[in-house]
Amino acid sequence: MPRPPASPRAPDPRRRQLLGQAAAGLALPWLGDKAGAQVAAPLMRLIPSSGEALPVVGLGSWITFNVGGDAAAREACVAVVRAFFAAGGRMIDSSPMYGSSQPTIGFALARLGPPAALFSAEKVWVGDAARGPAQMEASRAYWGVARFDLMQVHNLLSWQEHLPRLFDMKAAGRLRYVGITTSEGRRHAEMERVMRSQPIDFVQLSYNLLDREAEQRLLPLAQERGIAVIVNRPFREGALLQQMSRHRLPGWAAEIDCNVWAQAALKFVVSHPAVTCAIPGTSQVAHRQQNMAAARGPLPDASLRSRMAREVAAL
Amino acid sequence: MSGGWADWLSYRPSDFLMFAPRIYWRLFESLNLAFWPLQTGIVLAGASWLVWVWRDGFVPSRAAARAALAALAFGWALTAWAFLWQRLAPIHWLAGYVAPLGLLQAAGLLAWALHGGVQVHGQRTRLALGLGLIAWALFAHPLLAGLAGRPWAQAEFSGLAADPTAIATLGLLLLLRGPSGPLHALWLLPMGWCLLSAATLWTMGSMQGGVLFAAVLLAGAGARRG
Repeated sequence: MPRPPASPRAPDPRRRQLLGQAAAGLALPWLGDKAGAQVAAPLMRLIPSSGEALPVVGLGSWITFNVGGDAAAREACVAVVRAFFAAGGRMIDSSPMYGSSQPTIGFALARLGPPAALFSAEKVWVGDAARGPAQMEASRAYWGVARFDLMQVHNLLSWQEHLPRLFDMKAAGRLRYVGITTSEGRRHAEMERVMRSQPIDFVQLSYNLLDREAEQRLLPLAQERGIAVIVNRPFREGALLQQMSRHRLPGWAAEIDCNVWAQAALKFVVSHPAVTCAIPGTSQVAHRQQNMAAARGPLPDASLRSRMAREVAAL
Repeated sequence: MSGGWADWLSYRPSDFLMFAPRIYWRLFESLNLAFWPLQTGIVLAGASWLVWVWRDGFVPSRAAARAALAALAFGWALTAWAFLWQRLAPIHWLAGYVAPLGLLQAAGLLAWALHGGVQVHGQRTRLALGLGLIAWALFAHPLLAGLAGRPWAQAEFSGLAADPTAIATLGLLLLLRGPSGPLHALWLLPMGWCLLSAATLWTMGSMQGGVLFAAVLLAGAGARRG
């Protein structure tokens, strides 16, 4: 495949952030929460390939939405999704690998009436690329959406075969964005090769206060190539928070309006200029609200980010 | 081909755990609610069978052995459908492949019960281990939920939940002799399930995995005798 030209889609990140905040100010000035009180709109980042604004905190569904036929657990997921949209959320991410998460998401969306703000992010996860279309169609049926906003090749599985089809689907208007994913620091070299050679819109990778390998090459490359970044495992699936909860929140947390470790951990992630959206998962409304609160208020600057990473690593 | 051995070696057991422990344990609550009061019948039938065997000097008669085979065949069919397929498979992709194996296990046990060519082992250690595993599966395993601080409604019963059904099957197979090929085949699923479930429970942080691992060790040790 010919090497695509250097993308013109990478504006100054500071301008990108200002644009995002301005867009938030115009499009979503105030949001009503359940009690009717008004809350500030979340911080937005622009998708480089289109300029579309996304809140910096989305919703992941690995494990948390895999509830099978458990009616009570499914209702709890509906409540989480309701709280998510009430707080200005947009991106929900899932995968066929996540068990019954897709039907659970579809159940929640049907219950709430598909929110106009929804940004649906899905994945194709099958080695035999010929089975990709059927899998994607099954996913779409589970969600009950007309089309997905973003389709990603999960864990780079058979990306050489899947990506051409996804680009065709995008050209035909059946998708809006194309991406690739990895997690837990795996296959970063391969991800870099794909980022340099393919006209993808998104990458999804793991990044958090302790797992910072992506800072070395992938995050700068995403900025250079104008590729949006979705961050999974911002809490290491809870292990990071369990570890940090044994320690008092440091004084710098108050500087960035954080009163729980989860908010500090999320603000560290979304304050990186290359990051478009982090997708923490939760099955509890209170945690969802805490997570969305991390998309508001001041973010740490580069100096505080370094201090946060240094101090958390030492805990 | 994307990835390599280095990637595969980087995976931990927790990376394959795709559901929250509370969702897993609630499966048994749903199962028990759906089939109540069958659990009472299972325990009473099991107790009656053990009394029958006790009266025969703790050596099951061929009739008792065939009755147990038929009962476990029914148990595996119910476990495969109601637990593995209906409840576990939606949250655990592997269960969807194990459920048909459970039905095959049921068919194999039933065929042996009907065939009539059942012989009982005379080796005392095998008999003791076999009866001990059956008694555990019937009476002790259901207590693990409450002892672990979970609701009693999440108790796991033989003939409904896969773990005690597998343990009971290992116990029964220890008691019996038969044609080696088919008999060995009937060991595969209960042994394999006990190991898989032990790994899953250990990854979930549950000590209950140790019970299954112990069952495999005891069954293996017993099978080596005679």
